[in-house]
Amino acid sequence: MIPGFPDAQPVAGLIGGLMIGVAAAIMLLGLGRIAGVSGLAARAVGFTHGGAPRSVAIAFILGLPLGALVVALLSGGVPASYPAPALLIIAGLIVGYGTRLGSGCTSGHGVCGVSRLSRRSLTATALFMGSGFATVAILRLAGLV
Amino acid sequence: MRIILALLSGSLFGAGLALSGMADPMRVRAFLDLLGPWDPTLAFVMGGAMIPMALAWLVQKRIERPIADQQFNLPETRGIDGKLALGAILFGIGWGIGGLCPGPALASLALAPAAVAPFVLAMLGGMALHRVTSRP
Repeated sequence: MIPGFPDAQPVAGLIGGLMIGVAAAIMLLGLGRIAGVSGLAARAVGFTHGGAPRSVAIAFILGLPLGALVVALLSGGVPASYPAPALLIIAGLIVGYGTRLGSGCTSGHGVCGVSRLSRRSLTATALFMGSGFATVAILRLAGLV
Repeated sequence: MRIILALLSGSLFGAGLALSGMADPMRVRAFLDLLGPWDPTLAFVMGGAMIPMALAWLVQKRIERPIADQQFNLPETRGIDGKLALGAILFGIGWGIGGLCPGPALASLALAPAAVAPFVLAMLGGMALHRVTSRP
């Protein structure tokens, strides 16, 4: 589709991205809140008492797999390949701790905060993008990718 | 009304993640892999998501309260501190190792539950660790 990038899915990416943006807009204009997955997940499981009402957080978090399931059923499956479980456990621990410490992830800081031109979110997004690029570069140089 | 809107938002979010290829950790990692066969798909997803949200922020400035609540409850946009910076850097490291961030991981519970379970359980463990260590 894009010359030089045979694996890229620009059209599916753009359509999926628009859906994510509309979803975040529903949270903002409907409920007055940021559609930040890490914060809402922590609220849903009871790790924090601030923020959205727990029922709202649980409904949003349950919606994530529900929506993905609908796409999988309609499209006949969503392809995915995973790193080794040991890497996933290390990654999960760091993502869980880091997103709580940094008050957000790709959705809250990346989508909602950057589109708001929030200085906190622009900084956080630049840092997690930068450390993501650096981490994969190190993994590749070490022969682990 | 609020619960229906939250479920609608979460479902649309999860559907968008699945449709866009972001539920595939290796595709996400390929975006972060500048020294390898780079896959720019994630940039299209982020760009696509910016359009409705940029419009939504314009609307938000012009209305007094959201449709289904009494007021907006929005985080601060200023005040960059060490916690924000360290947390974001750590998150990026984990994102690079696993190719997963919280949204795609939770959405994937319906797509590849056995494969994503170690990440989701560890992520909840990391969140719990933060809660325990950040108590006064």
